[in-house]
Amino acid sequence: MKQGIFTITGHEALTKDVYRMALAGDTSAMSAPGQFVEISLPGFFLRRPISVCDYDASGLVIIYKVVGRGTEAMAAMKEGEKLDVITGLGNGFSPEKGGEKPLLVGGGVGVPPLYHLAKRLVAQGARPEVILGFNKAEEIFYEKEFAALGAGVTVTTVDGSAGVKGFVTAALPDAYSYVYSCGPMPMLRALYAATQGTAGEFSLEERMGCGFGACMGCSIMTKKGSRRVCKDGPVFEKEELAWQI
Amino acid sequence: MADLKVTLSGWELDNPLIPASGTFGYGYEFAELYDINMLGSFSFKGTTREPRFGNPTPRIAETPSGMINAVGMQNPGIDKVISEELPKLARCFHKKVIANIGGFSVEEYAECCAKIDKVEQVGLIELNVSCPNVHNGCMSFGTDPLGVSAVTKAAKAATSKPVYVKLSPNVTDIVPIAAAAAEAGADGISLINTLLGMRIDLRTKKPVIANKMGGFSGSAIFPVALRMVYQVYEAVKLPIIGMGGVTSACDVVEMMLAGATAVEIGSANLVDPWACPHILEELPAVMERYGIESLKDIIGGAH
Ligand SMILES: Cc1cc2nc3c(=O)[nH]c(=O)nc-3n(C[C@H](O)[C@H](O)[C@H](O)COP(=O)(O)OP(=O)(O)OC[C@H]3O[C@@H](n4cnc5c(N)ncnc54)[C@H](O)[C@@H]3O)c2cc1C
Ligand SMILES: Cc1cc2nc3c(=O)[nH]c(=O)nc-3n(C[C@H](O)[C@H](O)[C@H](O)COP(=O)(O)O)c2cc1C
Ligand code: FES
Repeated sequence: MKQGIFTITGHEALTKDVYRMALAGDTSAMSAPGQFVEISLPGFFLRRPISVCDYDASGLVIIYKVVGRGTEAMAAMKEGEKLDVITGLGNGFSPEKGGEKPLLVGGGVGVPPLYHLAKRLVAQGARPEVILGFNKAEEIFYEKEFAALGAGVTVTTVDGSAGVKGFVTAALPDAYSYVYSCGPMPMLRALYAATQGTAGEFSLEERMGCGFGACMGCSIMTKKGSRRVCKDGPVFEKEELAWQI
Repeated sequence: MADLKVTLSGWELDNPLIPASGTFGYGYEFAELYDINMLGSFSFKGTTREPRFGNPTPRIAETPSGMINAVGMQNPGIDKVISEELPKLARCFHKKVIANIGGFSVEEYAECCAKIDKVEQVGLIELNVSCPNVHNGCMSFGTDPLGVSAVTKAAKAATSKPVYVKLSPNVTDIVPIAAAAAEAGADGISLINTLLGMRIDLRTKKPVIANKMGGFSGSAIFPVALRMVYQVYEAVKLPIIGMGGVTSACDVVEMMLAGATAVEIGSANLVDPWACPHILEELPAVMERYGIESLKDIIGGAH
């Protein structure tokens, strides 16, 4: 983990309230797809945890939804402005576990961390299948970007205005070697039940005090005992989650 | 050369900076980020007799210039702290540590103190009396002079280490509570713990925190903390560890002028993991700017 000053090099709206921000700065503390950063916003006490969508040696990309005052302030920031960011937080996904035909399932702003994962999986010769779940057509983002990586992409919308009508579980393929997912809790729980028998990794979300393991603000109970979502997670093996089906 | 040394009950610290309980774990997380031996000491995560998972999540909310937590004293229990956490800490921290002890009955505090008494690594005990008292309708020990007195006496009887009582600010008048601790034999006073606070999520129209209320900390509470340190310094002749909203070297100096001998830094560590090294680095320049040669000389200087 490292703290650094990042410069906004790109900032655009992908939908009505979802933004993509490119940040240039030192990414040497990052080690895996699915890790997150903690962004300090002027005038706010706590940092905001946001997943890394993509990164290389010169910078990173985040995609975030405006849900409150902090993300609203972020949305007003301009290219050239600087942000204080802590990078390299959390464990991240394990691409090496994916096998031949891994399944990636993202819901809403759970989609971004799967992007760099898909990139890694393609690079290691796997053929990832990606399901992106949204509420309606206007909310869809990054469908083309995933397809451009060479992944198979299926979009689902709850209201049927685009792609397969229903939740992500309405579009599960017949066969897949592993399942990676990030999204809202009801989606993860439904997917957990629907993918019994296949191993996988789920990325979870909790309100955070610190984001690096110091405050115990984000503890969850797992089959292996108490775990901190920020430091022991945010990615947990499906088998470790003590969820009732 | 600026002299940063201070002394708590005969224990000389290289400087007055002490990360506060609950914001620094058992130290080794931070030891990966910087050499924590530069600190005066630190107060470890509030520890109880039994292991505790703590409260359901969400446990954290944000406030203007601060935060609210309802972690609920999550800790592995005193035995595991002594057998696992402290030996692990010993590998990266060569100074003595402050043992922050919580409890839900007088006996529990006493038992934990007796166990800590034998631990060489512990420089002093900080009794967190903000926990609910299960024998007294769950009213916090710390809001009642009799409760504070009983816990302090039991702790003193169980250990020969210095006992500092960490007071809750959630009282109408802090002075009689501090006086009760002093009369019961406390070696020092630590203050303040968090203020009781709350936030409501406009989207769900329900409290943000699962436990509804939680402990309010961070820069927002600094003036309240400073005022209470000032009042307690006037009222009792014991060393004070001051804390609450300290985020800069200027805050440290202000706390010491109010009467603190040492200063704990809590929430600041959560938003800037390098907060303590930054403050330590700033301190000599701030001392020079205000004509301070030795920090010892300014303790209670505002009175
Ligand atoms: C590991 C992790 C990764 C995340 N990745 C993304 C991402 O890639 N894209 C994205 O849009 N969002 C992501 N989130 C959620 C994002 O952190 C919140 O939407 C954001 O903090 C809201 O800030 P705000 O000031 O707008 O909301 P407010 O409600 O005003 O914020 C108040 C406080 O609550 C916290 N908070 C509010 N909602 C959440 C939430 N859902 N999760 C955690 N903390 C919250 C804020 O951080 C802040 O401390 C992630 C959360 C976590 C824990
Ligand atoms: C996440 C968190 C956990 C805390 N846990 C404890 C604890 O276990 N025992 C204790 O005595 N105080 C605990 N505190 C209180 C702090 O030690 C400190 O008294 C308080 O936060 C005020 O200082 P600050 O404003 O610098 O944070 C906790 C505070 C926070 C923010
Ligand atoms: S947010 Fe502080 S331990 Fe996870």
